[in-house]
Amino acid sequence: MTTAIDPVVAYAVEGPRPGLKDHLRDWIPRLVLAPSFALVLIFVYGFNLWTLLISFTNSKAFANFNFIGWGNYAKLWTWTFETDPPSNWYTALVNMVIFGGLYVIFCLVLGLALAILLDQKIRGEGILRPLYLYPLALSFIVTGTAWKLFLDPRIGLEKAVHDLGWTSFHFDWVVNPRMMIYCVAIAGIWQTSGFVMAMFLAALRGIDGEILKAAQIDGASAYATYRRIIIPMMRPVFMSALIILTHMAIKSYDLVLSVTGKNPGGAAELPSTFMYSYTFTRNQMAVGSASAIIMLMTIAAIMVPYLYSELREKH
Amino acid sequence: MTAAADALVAGRSREPARHSMTTRVIIYGVLVLFAIVYLLPLVVMVMTSLKPLDEVTGGNMFYFPHDLTFEPWKKAWGTTCVGLTCEGIKGYVWNSVRMVVPAVLISTLLGALNGYVLTKWRFPGHKLVFGMMLFACFIPFQSVLIPMAMILGKLGALGQTLIDATGFSWGFGNPTVNLVLVHVVYGLGFTTLFFRNYYETFPTELVKAAQIDGASFFQIFRRILLPNSAPIFIVTVIYQFTNIWNDFLFGSTFAAGDSSPMTVALYNIVNTSTGVIEYNVNMAAAIIAAAPTLVVYILAGRYFVRGLMAGAVKG
Repeated sequence: MTTAIDPVVAYAVEGPRPGLKDHLRDWIPRLVLAPSFALVLIFVYGFNLWTLLISFTNSKAFANFNFIGWGNYAKLWTWTFETDPPSNWYTALVNMVIFGGLYVIFCLVLGLALAILLDQKIRGEGILRPLYLYPLALSFIVTGTAWKLFLDPRIGLEKAVHDLGWTSFHFDWVVNPRMMIYCVAIAGIWQTSGFVMAMFLAALRGIDGEILKAAQIDGASAYATYRRIIIPMMRPVFMSALIILTHMAIKSYDLVLSVTGKNPGGAAELPSTFMYSYTFTRNQMAVGSASAIIMLMTIAAIMVPYLYSELREKH
Repeated sequence: MTAAADALVAGRSREPARHSMTTRVIIYGVLVLFAIVYLLPLVVMVMTSLKPLDEVTGGNMFYFPHDLTFEPWKKAWGTTCVGLTCEGIKGYVWNSVRMVVPAVLISTLLGALNGYVLTKWRFPGHKLVFGMMLFACFIPFQSVLIPMAMILGKLGALGQTLIDATGFSWGFGNPTVNLVLVHVVYGLGFTTLFFRNYYETFPTELVKAAQIDGASFFQIFRRILLPNSAPIFIVTVIYQFTNIWNDFLFGSTFAAGDSSPMTVALYNIVNTSTGVIEYNVNMAAAIIAAAPTLVVYILAGRYFVRGLMAGAVKG
């Protein structure tokens, strides 16, 4: 980007005699930013560090500073392979892969499909588009409450289909511990796919019409145009969406609890709920901290390169 | 950010796509089908909330209410039990309002000032500062929960001391104040991002000219930037309002019982383990919880979408 003219420098050049007042003036911007930056330094970086420290202690219900080294991480590592009976951590990781995978893939596919369809000069787009997007305005707790009712076999979808005459229809996933996590994914996809649609649609609208015209003149079919020109051009948005979705999947917490109704028996455990229950109800704060640090590191591994590249491109 | 979002809203900058009649019918069919799928959970929620309980448990969720009743709404608002107290959710709505209003205003104002400094008063290292604040948006909050709980506990103890000494806690230990603090801190990254990207495109020449005319840091902000910031203020306020209103993790961790925000109260109502499950009351409560953000979405959808896009892609 072109260099922004720095008013501080500009002023220093204009004013011949910099005095105390000018020095103060130079510092005002930094003083204004300082409280916010200090808050972030303490509450984000300081606290992350603090959690990291706790993860190396044997803290139970309360934090202490008896350091035991990598013990908690070793515990989580052992639990990762404890499949019979599955440890909570193993369940959390498996569910993370199932939920995360379904959530990311379906949001991307649905989002792209809806965006492409909406981009076909649709009459009534102004009515349709908001309908795909409104779930985003809802709290995950509301979404979870709605889907819990919708999928409840006693009063929801299964019953409604039975009333239609298809009495052998069976859909009890939301109360079946082994299938609950799929219902969480369904609710999550419902909530977020519209957002991905909006991202893709904005990207589609940003594509230069000339290129498409040229393709048309060359006799490319609509399918070929999308397959060979438009979709490859959307790679940056695709990457953004992928990263945002992955990070949202890892952070998912409210949705699991509300869809499953307090995550009965830990059946729909995710790392986020694992951390919470180990820290605040099972009195194993150090193990909870270690799992939180693992979540943080995973997200950092995804977000830091992304943010770095985004910042670098522009300036 | 705004260009892409505006393109999304305004649409049609390209040549019309030409499709056969059959293709168009299929496209419309798929789009409308998906619109129905996206709408169904909300429709079912509303209909369920307007039925007496026996009609919910005995009937079909897709049928219109036979005996239309507003009792579930009255009960949800005024008399349903949240935990041990049976005074409905009205108090919790109020809790949320008291938390949201100051948190949104403070974080937005700080974000505006930060964005102003980071674009028009750059100092060495401004990029690093911004990058660090930006990453703070994406951390999994599990990694700060434990230290936060400990610090808030300390603040509570300080409040108690102040009560003993002065008869007034000065806000220390008050759950609403705590949540405002938490939401301001963890919202700063996004608000700063929004204003930074917006002010980035604001002509620096104007700032420089005002500077030469002797305007101070704050005068320039108030007289030149603020009057031109209405759109980004709306976007940021809506984004923050939606996020903070919908928060569950912080609310459930740091504000227990009567002081909890709306989402936590809804979760407790829906997942109570005692008595008959009153689906209709639950749904009424869920709609009340969703109403403020939904209304904002309906009234200011384009700003809402703009905020979402800006929170995901910077460019």
